Amino acid sequence: MSAIQPSVAQDRSKQASAPVGGSAPNAVGSVGAPIDYLLHLADNAVVLGQRNAEWCGHGPILEEDIAMGNVSLDYIGQARLLYQLAATRLGGDVTEDKLAYFRDDTQFRNYTLLELPHNGPLVGYAVSNRDYATTITRNFLYGALMVLVWEALEKSPDADLAAIAAKSLKEARYHLHHAADWLVRFGDGTDESHQRAQAALDHLFAYTEEFWTPSAAEEAAVASGAGVDVRSLRAAWDGIVNDTLTEATLVRPEVRGYVTEGKHGRHSEHLSYLLGEMQGLARAHPGATW
Amino acid sequence: MYTQSFSVPDNAGQKSARTPSTENPELMAAFDARIDADGRIEPQDWMPEAYRKTLVRQISQHAHSEIVGMLPEGNWISRAPSLKRKAILIAKVQDEGGHGLYLYSAAETLGTSRDQMLEGLHSGKAKYSSIFNYPTLNWADVGVIGWLVDGAAIMNQIPLCRCSYGPYARAMVRVCKEESFHQRQGYEALLVMMQGTEAQRAMVQDAVNRLWWKCLAMFGPPDADSPNSAQGMRWGIKRISNDELRQKFIDATVPQAKVLGVTLPDPDLKWNEERQHHDYGQIDWQEFWNTVEGNGPCNKERLATRVKAHNDGQWVRDAALAYTRKQQQRAQKEAA
Ligand SMILES: [Fe+2]
Ligand SMILES: [Fe+2]
Repeated sequence: MSAIQPSVAQDRSKQASAPVGGSAPNAVGSVGAPIDYLLHLADNAVVLGQRNAEWCGHGPILEEDIAMGNVSLDYIGQARLLYQLAATRLGGDVTEDKLAYFRDDTQFRNYTLLELPHNGPLVGYAVSNRDYATTITRNFLYGALMVLVWEALEKSPDADLAAIAAKSLKEARYHLHHAADWLVRFGDGTDESHQRAQAALDHLFAYTEEFWTPSAAEEAAVASGAGVDVRSLRAAWDGIVNDTLTEATLVRPEVRGYVTEGKHGRHSEHLSYLLGEMQGLARAHPGATW
Repeated sequence: MYTQSFSVPDNAGQKSARTPSTENPELMAAFDARIDADGRIEPQDWMPEAYRKTLVRQISQHAHSEIVGMLPEGNWISRAPSLKRKAILIAKVQDEGGHGLYLYSAAETLGTSRDQMLEGLHSGKAKYSSIFNYPTLNWADVGVIGWLVDGAAIMNQIPLCRCSYGPYARAMVRVCKEESFHQRQGYEALLVMMQGTEAQRAMVQDAVNRLWWKCLAMFGPPDADSPNSAQGMRWGIKRISNDELRQKFIDATVPQAKVLGVTLPDPDLKWNEERQHHDYGQIDWQEFWNTVEGNGPCNKERLATRVKAHNDGQWVRDAALAYTRKQQQRAQKEAA
């Protein structure tokens, strides 16, 4: 099975700088975001969509089952648009599904935060109950970032990316609102919910450090003018996070030491399990149409 | 999704409730007249206790079926072989959750809380559709459930859009629209698979072989053995008999199977020129009742999973309640 190499994607992106097809083809001289940048955004969405969908049928209350399904559906939808854009620009026989199903874990460019299971710090093959506080806290930390990222990308000169950003921004605002609402309820709810939310925050917060050190793809996107410099979003992100944590009576943890590197393709033990499950059936029938 | 429960009492074997003679005769006469005139009964209207009880049982079983029905298909979300199919499946399972929500709300208008209904499900007292007690073993099960199970649901529920109880009838109108969308999506997914590889076609046939007879049983026991049907018909809760609906379903499905290129696993299935219907083989009712009574292949897993989700979610619901209370107290303090 021919997995699509990121280096190949990178090379092709240069050839594909004047993309063909798509609803809004770029005008001559306009910028297309580097393929690896699109893949970083798409991988984030597909991995978190996959994780959140694990709650389907197991939510704490029926309304939340439906709400989390919505969140998941939004992420899968964003992933599809981004992979489709990347596939169009790569040309040949590349499709959204080739990019999602036939790349290996080391080729995925998502934040490590997003691939973690819904529980506290445990090794890859540990089995644990899902914890809704972990799910909500992650959706909050990431949702706060993505509202800022999409706000910036909505103004990207890459018109195709800007269109995806505009659509995704509306969704991200809802995701942030939903997660922040619950985080405040947990923090300022019962002793148990407070303790669970604080534990989730203590577990997950260090992973957000990965947001702030740009990857090669992000730097290339900034250089091309199509991307956003994540460092410029940090103060605004801190503002959103600190305000919500104060309202939730939760304590922002100190962060030091190892910074995760998922967006560079160096992941935790958890991603290969997630992809193994997600990709298994598609890979058992290469070339099949579904 | 839906339930075959319209003729399945919660405590299988027990006699169904009869209209008690203690009801006020004047009110009863007015109620009967409204039913006879094909009028709607609304929540604030007087209704006989037995009517109320029957409806609560039927609507809550229907709601439980929607919720339990999320599990067999949910089993394939993480492994859906394309992003498009993954999105369609998440949306479908989510729709089923939404159906559960409308139905619990409809039942609540009869004075029973969602907690009470869930307690009935979790304790094993309340039934749900037996179709969800079978495992989903390959990806084509998702398509076959859409095509046949949602298809059977539509057959059963379209008459319920004219049900005498207003809130239930209105919920059914909305639910039926979505179920027919599910059915078309399921069928379309199977068409694509049948035009695909040998392995894909084999998956579809395997899923049809396992699910066909279970779908026929979804319409409930033969009319001769359905003690609740007559009262349900009288009250405008049930409009068409189990056997009639089953026949309609078979007649509609045979040509669809032909287009698809799958074989329905019944050697006795053939067109009867005289009846202008398809004849079909014997349904295994022993197996059906075993499953309804809790001893099918997945009953224990399905129920235990619902109970676990509910118990694991207790702290979340408690947190929401505690927070709301705190907010109210704060507001009161400010007002004081
Ligand atoms: Fe359905
Ligand atoms: Fe449904």
